[in-house]
Amino acid sequence: MKRLVTGVIVATIIVGLGVGWVSAQKQPPQEKVTIVGSTALQPLTEAVVESYREVKPRTSITVQGGGSGTGLSQVQAGAVNIGAADIFADQQDGIDERKLTDHIVAVSGIVPIVNPQLGIDDLSLKQLRQIYTGKVTNWSQVGGPNLPITVINRAAGSGTRVAFEQVILKKGERSINAQEQDSNGTVKEIVKNTPGSISYISFAYLNKHVQPLKIDGVKPTARNVTTNRWQLWSYEHMYTQRKTTKATREFINYMRTKKVQQTLVEDANYINIHDMKVQRTANGETRVKE
Amino acid sequence: MDDLKKRLNQPSVESRQEWVGKLISYLAIILIGGLVGTILVFLTFKGVALFKNNGVSVWHFLSSTDWQPSHHHYGALPMIITSFSVTVLSGIVALPLALVVSIAITEMLPKKIYQFFQPLIELLVGIPSVVYGYLGLTVIVPYLRQLFGGTGFGILAASCVLFLMILPTMTSMTIDSLQAVPQKYRQASAGLGATRWQTISRVIIPSAKSGILTAMVFGMARAFGEALAVQMVIGNTTVIPKNLMESSATLTSVLTTGIGNTVMGTASNNALWSLALILLVMSLAFNLLMRLASKKGAK
Repeated sequence: MKRLVTGVIVATIIVGLGVGWVSAQKQPPQEKVTIVGSTALQPLTEAVVESYREVKPRTSITVQGGGSGTGLSQVQAGAVNIGAADIFADQQDGIDERKLTDHIVAVSGIVPIVNPQLGIDDLSLKQLRQIYTGKVTNWSQVGGPNLPITVINRAAGSGTRVAFEQVILKKGERSINAQEQDSNGTVKEIVKNTPGSISYISFAYLNKHVQPLKIDGVKPTARNVTTNRWQLWSYEHMYTQRKTTKATREFINYMRTKKVQQTLVEDANYINIHDMKVQRTANGETRVKE
Repeated sequence: MDDLKKRLNQPSVESRQEWVGKLISYLAIILIGGLVGTILVFLTFKGVALFKNNGVSVWHFLSSTDWQPSHHHYGALPMIITSFSVTVLSGIVALPLALVVSIAITEMLPKKIYQFFQPLIELLVGIPSVVYGYLGLTVIVPYLRQLFGGTGFGILAASCVLFLMILPTMTSMTIDSLQAVPQKYRQASAGLGATRWQTISRVIIPSAKSGILTAMVFGMARAFGEALAVQMVIGNTTVIPKNLMESSATLTSVLTTGIGNTVMGTASNNALWSLALILLVMSLAFNLLMRLASKKGAK
């Protein structure tokens, strides 16, 4: 009796596998795309992948973090199809940008934030520079209360930091040796809880627990980013090799479509690439789009 | 007759079993030895690349205090100092506590308490470090901030987290070494009219000394190599810390923060490998120390 039951179960499994195999043979082969890189971009990419599954169910896309540096080196080595990065490939040591193709998939605004109890909501670009180079160390020097400034920086080499320093610091200047944190989320938590702290995060992570700063009276809004009145922003890149697979190209094109940009990208508080009226090069020059 | 001779001369089933067993164990040993050897060779190769290819002198790397890989300043001294302070501090606090708890459990309290505590301690040993780090970030750091001001991140917060992490390890190892002291010693000591305190302090602890030392070094080695939990609470500022509340960075925290943002083969990536090499050398030193401790105790 026992043997019979086992036999039936085994037979069912074998038949099931066989049927599955045959039906899998009939369908077109599944195409695989692997995306590795920027952790800041990861949630948005995952949301786009989710909706892409309905458009192209036969393409299987894997999204992994690991950081911009990892993404760029992996795509250069050909280990993955797409390397997601929030910096230009030429800003990264050890990457030959001529081997890669840049696809801009979103624009991310960056905003300086301070502890809400500080009572400051506007700084000039010069004051920000003085704070981040250590020339100003107390809030009273920039019109605030008598409180030491706790500077919180992002990890060296992170995309947000590179973009921030490109705008805030002059060429050749170095920011002071300050506390470094790995992610937008941690930075926000620390600034929320530490009196006198200042840092910067991307628009997507902004909430009411931290005070965003205006710079020279300009408000950090998506509209101001598109005209470059708000200068603190960076591209979100997806790098591929010069020659890449069809599935990869199709996914990137889907991510760049007006529909995705207006819904998913804007919902995640990134800025629609089609709205941008200016463009920026790797060395930080910004000019009006033709 | 011939048949018997043949059978006697042939290797028996048992001897063949022996042979197969030997083969399997040798293979396993070669595999493990090979793995360790590969890791050592790989790390050494990557670790010296900074000095060989990028023209940074070893002495400069070990003694300079300026760490800014993006501007080609590679000075690892702040991280080395911080790693040691965090390790020593947490070890110093954890050791007496672990000792007292294990003495209480093995020598004084009823066996039921031990039966209750042992699985609890083993559970604590198995908690992943990210959980301890999260605990530190949400409980210890805000508390220290309220108590001392500043950001709350720093050596003190890291030491607190590490203390929590290594205490169970140290306690369970110390308990084992105390239990390994033969029961006869206790009986003999009682027979000579010694009090409980005299027995513990003059008989049990001296005979378990090597085990206790091993537990201490083991715990500190774990603290030295811990990356994630420390990185979450130390603040990651590569400066030589002036006090316990100033945020600073350990070897491991710089490694975890930096590795995703650099590219294989570049100078800043090689510098991280050099840090990893320092870590490896230090843990080898810890291991040797542990050997020394147990040998000394065995005499």
